[in-house]
Amino acid sequence: MGSENNILRVNNLQTSFFIDGGHEIKAVDGVTFDVPEGKTLGIVGESGSGKSITALSILKLIDSPGKIKGGEINLKGENLVDKTEKAMRKIRGNTISMIFQEPMTSLNPTYTVGQQIRESYKIHQGLGKRESTEKVIEMLKLVGIPSPEKRINQYPFELSGGMRQRVMIAMALACNPELLIADEPTTALDVTIQAQILELIKELQDELGMSVIMITHDLGVVAETCDFVAVMYCGKVVEYAEVKTLFKNPRHPYTVGLLKSLPRSDIDQLELIPIKGTVPSPDNMPEGCSFAPRCPFATELCHDHLPDLLEIGDGEQIRCWIYTDDWDGDPEVKVYEP
Amino acid sequence: MSLHAESTAVPREKVESPRVKSIKDFFRRFTKNKPAVIGFFVILFLVFLAITVSSFSRFDIIITPHDPSTVNLVDRFQGPSSEYWFGTDHMGRDIFSRIVHGMILTLGIGFVSVIMGGIIGVPLGIIAGFYGGKIDAIIMRFVDVLLAFPGILLALAIVSILGGSLINVTIAVAIYSVPGFARIVRGSTLATKKLEYIDAIRALGATDTRIIFLHVLPNVLSPIIVNATLYIATAILTAAGLSFLGLGAQPPAPEWGAMLNDGRNHLRDAGHIAFFPGLAILVVVLAFNIFGDGLRDALDPKMKN
Amino acid sequence: MLTYILRRLIQLIPVLFGVTLFVFLLMHLTPGNPAQLMAGEQAPQEVIDRIENRLGLNDPLPVQYVRFLGNVVQLDFGTSMRSNLPVMDEIRYKFFVTIELAIYSTLLSVFIGIIAGIVSAVRQYTFSDIAIMFVALFGLSMPNFWLGLMLMQWFSINLGWFPPTGWGSASQVVLPVITLGTAGAAVIARMTRSSMLEVISQDYIRTARAKGVRERVIIYRHALKNALIPVVTVLGLQFGTLLSGTVLTEQVFAINGMGRYVIDSIMARDFPAVQASIIIISVMFVFVNLIVDISYRFLNKRIDLNG
Repeated sequence: MGSENNILRVNNLQTSFFIDGGHEIKAVDGVTFDVPEGKTLGIVGESGSGKSITALSILKLIDSPGKIKGGEINLKGENLVDKTEKAMRKIRGNTISMIFQEPMTSLNPTYTVGQQIRESYKIHQGLGKRESTEKVIEMLKLVGIPSPEKRINQYPFELSGGMRQRVMIAMALACNPELLIADEPTTALDVTIQAQILELIKELQDELGMSVIMITHDLGVVAETCDFVAVMYCGKVVEYAEVKTLFKNPRHPYTVGLLKSLPRSDIDQLELIPIKGTVPSPDNMPEGCSFAPRCPFATELCHDHLPDLLEIGDGEQIRCWIYTDDWDGDPEVKVYEP
Repeated sequence: MSLHAESTAVPREKVESPRVKSIKDFFRRFTKNKPAVIGFFVILFLVFLAITVSSFSRFDIIITPHDPSTVNLVDRFQGPSSEYWFGTDHMGRDIFSRIVHGMILTLGIGFVSVIMGGIIGVPLGIIAGFYGGKIDAIIMRFVDVLLAFPGILLALAIVSILGGSLINVTIAVAIYSVPGFARIVRGSTLATKKLEYIDAIRALGATDTRIIFLHVLPNVLSPIIVNATLYIATAILTAAGLSFLGLGAQPPAPEWGAMLNDGRNHLRDAGHIAFFPGLAILVVVLAFNIFGDGLRDALDPKMKN
Repeated sequence: MLTYILRRLIQLIPVLFGVTLFVFLLMHLTPGNPAQLMAGEQAPQEVIDRIENRLGLNDPLPVQYVRFLGNVVQLDFGTSMRSNLPVMDEIRYKFFVTIELAIYSTLLSVFIGIIAGIVSAVRQYTFSDIAIMFVALFGLSMPNFWLGLMLMQWFSINLGWFPPTGWGSASQVVLPVITLGTAGAAVIARMTRSSMLEVISQDYIRTARAKGVRERVIIYRHALKNALIPVVTVLGLQFGTLLSGTVLTEQVFAINGMGRYVIDSIMARDFPAVQASIIIISVMFVFVNLIVDISYRFLNKRIDLNG
């Protein structure tokens, strides 16, 4: 699927949380996707769909009581799942970096901006204070922070949210990572700032040639920034496609639902149609397809049996009975009508 | 990275009233905390023992065959034995009997002083928090003054006025717990007052009294209960300390702090005289602390780590 | 910041006023004639009159209070009923003994408490965590005078390692400081643990992990500095508790400090001495708390997330 040069291939990733003495909650349950080199993959889903856990799993930052139970995370042919904590530390902030949703709380309040960025250089490149200071200033300039010589000695509370997110980006990109994971990087920011930050990430990607995983609940962000997209629902990828394809011809009923609930400017829209029902709670997952209780096309098959994620031509993958030979509903069903 | 943010559970199946549900949740959380449950039963057992021994002489004779205050100079300074479980003191009195009979004093001081402190402190806190302004300022300054005397010092000052006796110690410890109650209750009242539904109720024409009793009080109840439990522990320690200093229970009352004081002169040859009363205080205070911690964790899961 | 300090100082005025008023009233709230109480029950009328005159007990209460306040400001607490010496002269030396005891105990409890709290938080739910928290609970629940007696019995009487009483030499300091510091260590350990656990779950700790920082560095560099800020707030309270706890500790170890002096004065109904001791300890406590509040605010300004 996609390009042959994938920097990251995630295959059937499973991450669970074990609470109250062994009770298992499957936060991520069979996530599969590829991140082609130099491209941006969007992971879309509602809160609770497991997209953030997926991101944290890639860096193996899942805290107890969570645990990566199975699957593969292949970074340039090496399976991260088998790596030791020590080996992972060499990767974090160096080969793969991550920025988070909350710039307000993601920086340590008791250290200056400079100290926090410098730490990356010290860990991964062994640079001393003087050498790294220059690099820090350069980095701050790169992410568009004015008068970086001054900012370097400021504490996070002295910066605005947008500025803090720029600092986070500078920190993440300090060691020139090959993959940047951005977990809802703009959700907590003002709309005008959101666009700037997305633009900045895009620019830096072109400049530095890295790949990006953009985690968001906002299809608008996907349309603007991504090349590929994985739609997640209840801990599973339900559809994976190129962005153009997905918007033109969405296949999974959930994706269709998401698109219909999104205001669009390119077509005349009479009304926004919300998806009926609510996301099932993690300890009450349906036996079959997890979207079946909300799906307008669901049949007995859907309710009773979980479909696999199957490739259907041209690198697209879909987890839905409708596109299989076993489909027991209306063979002429039209999931999406523009 | 919390799991909570990632799981938006849906309410489903039977719907319970929120209060019933929260009480159920409380019991589920509390009973999961084994030490707290043990603490609760230890307290229950000790209260039961204290009351039966002091009210029913028939039980008393079974549990403590030796009279707690009979002086028996022949058997002075006996170490622990099958006859005298915890040994005898410098007057030949059975220490086990004295500890069992002293239980009612210790628990009594603890409960009564904290209830008294609560009766004064809780309304002060509610009034200060609910009405704010000048009343709040006056009450809180008063509380600040009481808080300016650290630890046992306030109780000492009060006992120095009233003179040393069991009742005065109880009063002193009660006053000592007033500022704590007032502060905590004021804080919760302020938080409750900010809730939007209070405004809504007021808009519907509810009187202040009604709002306070029906809406504020239930909301501040759990901090009061937790605070009271933990205060009983402090109260027992403080009262025992005052008695140890000779400012509380007077001999021959089998008060544990006073017994410890008796024992300090005989550490060299009869350490058990000081050891057992102190152990008794430790056990009771420990039980209240563990129980109180468990209550706090169960009533306010956010506080729990 | 300066306005904050100023405002806090102004807020102290009513408190100090209240403290002195309360202590002043101690003597007058006592049932019976204070002069009679001081002189003893069989004292002849002329002795009582002399005391009344000397203390001005026949003046109206407000007049007496103003005079009392005026004297207190000049650190003049009158003369002791027992020794006829100025109370200040009697207290001066004892005061420093008590302060020494309280400071050593505070240092001990901070040192042990913080280390135990960190270990406990870092190894949450392991055996060491449970053991430390259990010991801390014991420390909180133990009457410190009992602990003192037990330490004395084992380490002084049975083993002969430390002298059982007195204050001054290094070996005399050990047992009283452990006695007084244990409960404080327990409080600080519990506080440090919960503060540490809260900090460890913060977003910026995740950021540090994502940067590839080693766990040890995360704990000691990133988490500890933030976790200790709330611990600072209990220090003032802790110091006050220890200050008043000296009353019991000094009694156990026969240390000639202020704590023992208060008790002896209360027993002897030596009101000027009682008043002086209580005012000095409370005012000191109030100011220590003020300093702690100010430093907390100073530390917290940086971390105030809302700017």
